[in-house]
Amino acid sequence: MSQWIDACAADEIDREDVMRWDHAGRTFALYHSPDGEFFCTDGLCTHENVHLAGGLVMDYVIECPKHNGQFDYRTGEAMRAPVCVNLRTYPVKVEGGRVLVQVG
Amino acid sequence: MTSRDYSLLGEDGRRAVETGLAAAEWYHTDVPRKTMKELMQRSDAPAIRDTLIYYGAMIALAGIGIWLWPSWWSAPFWLAYGVLYGSASDSRWHECGHGTAFRTPWMNNVVYEIASFMIMRNSATWRWSHARHHTDTYIVGRDPEIAVMRPPVLMKLIGNFFGIFDAWAFFNRLFYNAFIGVHPEEKTFVPQSEWPKVVRVARIYLAIYAATVGLAVWMGSILPLMVIGLPRLYGAWHHVMTGLLQHGALADNVIDHRLNSRTVYMNPISRFIYWNMNYHVEHHMFPMVPYHRLPELHAAIRHDLPAPTPSIWAGYREMWPIWLRQLRGEDVFLKRELPPTARPYREDFHAEALGRPQAAAQ
Repeated sequence: MSQWIDACAADEIDREDVMRWDHAGRTFALYHSPDGEFFCTDGLCTHENVHLAGGLVMDYVIECPKHNGQFDYRTGEAMRAPVCVNLRTYPVKVEGGRVLVQVG
Repeated sequence: MTSRDYSLLGEDGRRAVETGLAAAEWYHTDVPRKTMKELMQRSDAPAIRDTLIYYGAMIALAGIGIWLWPSWWSAPFWLAYGVLYGSASDSRWHECGHGTAFRTPWMNNVVYEIASFMIMRNSATWRWSHARHHTDTYIVGRDPEIAVMRPPVLMKLIGNFFGIFDAWAFFNRLFYNAFIGVHPEEKTFVPQSEWPKVVRVARIYLAIYAATVGLAVWMGSILPLMVIGLPRLYGAWHHVMTGLLQHGALADNVIDHRLNSRTVYMNPISRFIYWNMNYHVEHHMFPMVPYHRLPELHAAIRHDLPAPTPSIWAGYREMWPIWLRQLRGEDVFLKRELPPTARPYREDFHAEALGRPQAAAQ
């Protein structure tokens, strides 16, 4: 079973926004949804290695800053061309004001 | 002169991939996240307003044109209708293809499909073609949307003000897609899962054109073609005029949009037709910013960009001499000065990636 990794303070990410988080040579995107939940996906778009953290969060969608491809960041589902391949998602929990991610 | 192989299956494309020039990380001006987040916000309202004006004007102009037909008094109405059909459709295709014009996805998709048909671009193919244009802007052998290749073919440039070569290429490819399938070059940027859609769209377009021609034959009049098809020719001039300014006579094979894209100030009517794509450096650097926020983005980053070209006329005055020199075989391009507040151009990477010294700049 993978460990929970302390990623950041919960108040570091605005609601309906995204933040880049690098860990152990990998890059992730952390999301704070409009209703206050946190989510984590791979940090790079599956279309062309662009950091999603530069993109726009609209409700539960992250839009890639380069080609405007969209994913549902809760499930990783690719929603709009040019992205065709889903994003990998990771379990997230918040404890004591900290966002913890299980990056397995 | 360095010979360039613009084929997507050719040597330059292969070398761009090998050297890392393709799919490279491009230069971006630093913009605070809070500012950028604000500028990226989507809204339906501006695009609904503009779309109602746009389609409303088209219906009114075509209606008057039909009413006055075949009198020459109908000509000005057709000319205005033609610009909306054969030029404004280019910017609608573009913005809705990015998905930035409206906040609501289906609105982007509906306008995108209509505009694609009007501008004579297969909606399935060109969505991917434009994604590649943004990945590899003016990278030779990679970008399928290079408007002016070197050396420039002036006859083609001029002919396209009347849509001639574009329409010829479109119908050739339309028949190919409808009856043979996806072209090998298209297969380099359209994912296989989308190939059936390319063929389906081509057949739908072909059916609409066949029905329009059939109606014209039945009526014994070109009137139906004045409404559908021909305006892509007689109204193309504005989108070609503005489109050539986007990258014309600037650098190729670079990874800094300040070197290969141009921002031009222009009149409000052209900006309505063009949906603010005159802010083209800004658009390429930050394609998520909707057209109606580009003036604000321009204000936020202009300290880091070359001075905007002050007018369409000024743009052609700076492009034309360069094209003529390229015609004579000179490997020249226009390199604009950056203001003292800007960070320097990222030229080291281009030269290294190309494995050869930089070409001469004007």
